[in-house]
Amino acid sequence: MAARYRVIYCLNQFFGGLGGEDKAYQPPQLIDGALGPSILLERLFPDIEVVASVVSGDNYLVEKTEAATGEIIALLAPLFEAGDDKKPQLLLAGPAFNAGRYGMACGAICKAVQEHFAIPTVTSMYLENPAVEEYRKDVLIARAGEDVMAMEESLKNMAGLACKLLQGKELLPDRDGYIPQGRRKNYFADKTGAARAVDMLLHKLAGEPFSTEYTMPVFDRVQPAPPVSDMSSARLALVTSGGIVPRGNPDRIEAASASRFGTYSLHGLSAFTGETHQTAHGGYDPTFANEDPNRILPLDVVRELETEGAIGSLHDSYYATVGNGTSVANAEKYGSEIAKILLADGVQAVILTST
Amino acid sequence: MSKQIERAGIPVVHACSIVPISKTVGANRIVPTIAIPHPFGAPDKGPEEEKKVRKELVQKALRALATPISQQTVF
Repeated sequence: MAARYRVIYCLNQFFGGLGGEDKAYQPPQLIDGALGPSILLERLFPDIEVVASVVSGDNYLVEKTEAATGEIIALLAPLFEAGDDKKPQLLLAGPAFNAGRYGMACGAICKAVQEHFAIPTVTSMYLENPAVEEYRKDVLIARAGEDVMAMEESLKNMAGLACKLLQGKELLPDRDGYIPQGRRKNYFADKTGAARAVDMLLHKLAGEPFSTEYTMPVFDRVQPAPPVSDMSSARLALVTSGGIVPRGNPDRIEAASASRFGTYSLHGLSAFTGETHQTAHGGYDPTFANEDPNRILPLDVVRELETEGAIGSLHDSYYATVGNGTSVANAEKYGSEIAKILLADGVQAVILTST
Repeated sequence: MSKQIERAGIPVVHACSIVPISKTVGANRIVPTIAIPHPFGAPDKGPEEEKKVRKELVQKALRALATPISQQTVF
């Protein structure tokens, strides 16, 4: 049997089997051999040998990115002191699916490792993962499904891409299932650019499908709104994606991929307490939020500032959803609906909190 | 959500713990907060000190809302 590809595999605390949100601050650790999803990967791709796994807590990596990637490089350094036939050849991270923190962590690890050790890296994410925009130009990101249900197909896609990369084969985003990095490739075409452009135009005029050779980037940016001129007379509203809801979660907002937002009265409330409110969010350790929900949405001090006259008044309801894996389309819909209500009530400023 | 509300003409300050996510998503006024499971909390401090820290952070958010900006700004 030919030598297998030697791969390092990076996982977060969930997929690495360390634990849940209570382990989200775990510093990186190095474990021999395959672990969790990479056991399945070795089974699917017998050519791949996972020589070591790195497991890190999501919060640790995202809150202290530079220090954490430095620690990972230090953990991996001894592996690269081995002879050429023992050195790792590639690093894989994820799939991170649509998980924002995990995506950011995978992107940061891949970028740091490929720069430091000069080996290729591949990660895997759902197209809407916020880390895609941050890392796609620097890191090869294989397309993944939206959540863990798509583990096997996402692993196959990522590892297929990795094998081609190690074999030195040419890669193309559409054909090889990765997210375009915005690079141009030269090739010999049968027809000149002028003839191809006219072909496209003819298709367009005939209402037939055609595909552009140069996709224009889509920037969904909003012009910053003018500032509040006098905060002491302004009406403020509170919105959160941190999942603060009345106890019992009356609207049953989902812990992940929320399909709705809730509108909850602030009338007569001077602060949230652990008795009146809780978090419905499944993407962080709820201990601190359930103890004191003002840690997520700071109603107590906003009320104080209202009494002191630092703000004019507070809108009578707050709006909450769970930002954990929620699709962009749904988030936009909630934002538009909330905006309409706020405009109708003359709200002039919004504090939106996220975990 | 931040963008849709701002699109309606109301300034939004996005107070969050993972600033790179807020930046890529496209919030305009960004205030970094304390930690992912407690953006406006400091559980290691006593209740009074924690509330003080929280108030300062909200005041910072209010200042961000009152600051003219022409592009995405992290306060």
